[in-house]
Amino acid sequence: MIRIENVSLSHRDMPILHDITLSLEKGGITALVGPNGAGKSSLLSLIARLQPLQTGRILVDGLPVGSTPSRLLAQRLAILRQDGAVASRLTVRELIGFGRFPHHQGRAGAADIALVEAALEQFELQALAERFIDTLSGGQRQRALVAMTFCQGTDYMLLDEPLNNLDMFHARQLMRSLRSIVDERQRTAIVVLHDINQAAAHADRIVALRDGKVIADGTPNEVLTEDNLELVFGYRMQIMQIAGRPLVLQHL
Amino acid sequence: MPDRRLIILAAIALAAVIAFMTVDLRGNVAFVLHLRGLKLLALLQVAVAIAMSTVLFQTVTANRILTPSIMGLDALYLFGQTALVFTLGSLGYASLDGGLKFAAEVLLMIALAMGLLWPLLRTRMDMNLMLLMGVTLGLLFRSLSALLSRLLDPNAFSVVQMASFANFNTLRADLTILGTIATLGAALLCWRARHTLDIVGLGRETAIGLGIHWTRTATGMLLLVAILVAVSTALVGPVAFFGLLVAALAERLMQTQRHALLLPAAALVAIIVLVGGQTLLQHGLGGASTLGVVIEFAGGLVFLALLILRSRT
Amino acid sequence: MVKLAACAAFVMLVILSIFIGAGEFSPWQAIHDPAALQLFFASRLPRTIAAALTGAALSIAGLIMQALVRNRFVEPSTAGTAQSAALGILIMTLVFPAASLAMKTLFASILALLGTSIFMMTAHRLPPAQPYLVPLFGLVYGGVIGAVVTFIGWQTELLQFIDIWTNGEFSGVVRGRYELLWGTALMAAIAWWIADRLTVLSLGRDVSIGLGLSYQRTLQLGLVIVSVISALTVVIVGIIPFVGLVVPNLVSRMLGDNLRGTIPWVGLSGATLVLGCDVLGRLLRYPYEIPVATVMGVVGAILFLRLMFTRATHA
Repeated sequence: MIRIENVSLSHRDMPILHDITLSLEKGGITALVGPNGAGKSSLLSLIARLQPLQTGRILVDGLPVGSTPSRLLAQRLAILRQDGAVASRLTVRELIGFGRFPHHQGRAGAADIALVEAALEQFELQALAERFIDTLSGGQRQRALVAMTFCQGTDYMLLDEPLNNLDMFHARQLMRSLRSIVDERQRTAIVVLHDINQAAAHADRIVALRDGKVIADGTPNEVLTEDNLELVFGYRMQIMQIAGRPLVLQHL
Repeated sequence: MPDRRLIILAAIALAAVIAFMTVDLRGNVAFVLHLRGLKLLALLQVAVAIAMSTVLFQTVTANRILTPSIMGLDALYLFGQTALVFTLGSLGYASLDGGLKFAAEVLLMIALAMGLLWPLLRTRMDMNLMLLMGVTLGLLFRSLSALLSRLLDPNAFSVVQMASFANFNTLRADLTILGTIATLGAALLCWRARHTLDIVGLGRETAIGLGIHWTRTATGMLLLVAILVAVSTALVGPVAFFGLLVAALAERLMQTQRHALLLPAAALVAIIVLVGGQTLLQHGLGGASTLGVVIEFAGGLVFLALLILRSRT
Repeated sequence: MVKLAACAAFVMLVILSIFIGAGEFSPWQAIHDPAALQLFFASRLPRTIAAALTGAALSIAGLIMQALVRNRFVEPSTAGTAQSAALGILIMTLVFPAASLAMKTLFASILALLGTSIFMMTAHRLPPAQPYLVPLFGLVYGGVIGAVVTFIGWQTELLQFIDIWTNGEFSGVVRGRYELLWGTALMAAIAWWIADRLTVLSLGRDVSIGLGLSYQRTLQLGLVIVSVISALTVVIVGIIPFVGLVVPNLVSRMLGDNLRGTIPWVGLSGATLVLGCDVLGRLLRYPYEIPVATVMGVVGAILFLRLMFTRATHA
């Protein structure tokens, strides 16, 4: 379980997160939604110790972020940042292989190699395995980065807008892979999503933020109400029900 | 009515000139004055040449951080000089008349500079890439000159070192008259074109839109730049960041892009820094030969500051 | 194929380097003539080893630097590292003329570390969207430190020494005067040992921390390796430009950036390039010598310009 207790954050006197307390249980897909500047990415980087905590504390399976050795955390929690611009000329297989770094510190064993192959298969990257990442399209690169995060083999996967750069086909594919990984391997995914309907269709739980505060928190059906959405995004939108899940007509 | 800041600058420049001529005057006064007069003339030329060529170059490229020396032009001149010696042989070269030699060097410089600058002006490259290429080209030409001089005279000691910094102490008096004519002519042309320059500085598209014959104007200005760089480099050697320092200071002082103010201000600032600095170093700290290094240091810092400031906005 | 060719070129240049020089020396003599043997052990072999070590170490230092800064166009001599090292030796020579070469190197390393750290701090603040800004900044920054060195040199009449430090050449390398250079081999070995960490580092701060790498420590270790290599080569050979810039880029084009796999090839190619330039410098005006730094200034600048052009048209 990830426990976030009274976390606030500000940057040059600009408040970004305001006294957030949140528990994220193990298992399932949790989507963080909200307008730009709501603090979703900042929350993710605080959990993943990419930024120092200012106030409050965060526990990952009881380990306090900040005082736990980075390597130990890296075996429980993986993060994919949104600007994952990788300039290095690594092959897809090498890149995914570095996901195993926290476990072997550079000396890959047979088990690590097998896991890399599994990740290649899971994300249908076998055909691209020997290509250099700087020769891939944006979408292919994004898939390779997600595969690397998956390959880290952690209980928790934090993904900051993983659907960026993906076309409809691959966005759907990625969310489905995530679903099957979470269901079959008992992993936990915490995903920042821009598209509210991706969250509605695939998430088990949605946390909606605005101006650094949690506005709503619960299942898609609980969170995605007209009132909540107006509070979060600032305008009213219609909501339909399809196959038991909400569908937000955000564009009308 | 000339601008007040210009008058103040002119006054300071005049003070620097007087100080240069009179401080520590001893011994055979007439002889020393004659010597200093010659040197002063050369320094004035260099100052004007560098100030003009930098402002012109910045205008044509519509960029306030580019200068001829940053683009490797003075290194190019040195290379041309060495290449001339190399092809003619030291003996054949030495037997040439000083003025003829200089004329040949300038011609070669113009040819080389045109070959180098035209493609750069035409292709629209990333500005930083262009700068980086210029700096690298400068290094290449320096190395080439060093290589050629080693081939000519294997025992030559520290050719590179001597060629990397300007030396304001040993000026070539034989070039003074020719240099004066070239500098004055170029300065006059610049002055007459000052209003055209204002428009050229707005960038290629705008200038064409306002009825400037771009190709002809730009070529003409680059020609002038090549000649001016040749004059100053022939007299004192390469001055990596001096032009930048002067142009940046002038612009800061005048707060304008109008060449009617910018050109004289740059020239006056250059005179103040060069003549004043030389006086200061000669009679105070440092010793006369280090002015080039000091300018390199200060100008380099200005360049870094400009780079960082520009990247922030 | 390419790898085989690189090995063959290296072996050939080693042989050439041993048999080319002002003194008469042929394989036949080596066996029969003790004087020739003496020449071999006192001068030719040390020189060849020094050139190979320098080339390999400088290339690896460039590679590390590029991983640390995350920019393909930096290397120790274009980031103020080498110039800071030269400043260090100059200060030592002025203040403690009697200090041993090792002490001077140590101090030079410290200054190199300092100078490079300042460069790194600034470089990390420059906008990453302008990749050419960082090397441009580094070149001028190095030039400014170089100007300080020259100024002090002028004031103290040490200009001749400065020329030795800033203009690399191998003609002074004889037995007993180059052995410290083996320190660069040690540094290269350490670099290879932590190659995976350096590769992770080159993926950026966030990815590094996400993978549990101690980011700051690895960064510092990398900086130390780069600084020590620079200081050692500057003290013993002098600055040689462009090696660390050109070689890693060429190797990266063919073999990628997984440092575990590429470091040996970067080292070998760097050794080959510097040996080649040294041999060329000895042949161009035989029996006189042209310093390797001068030859490299021409060869390296041309290669570097080519790299920039091809990259600009690619992107």
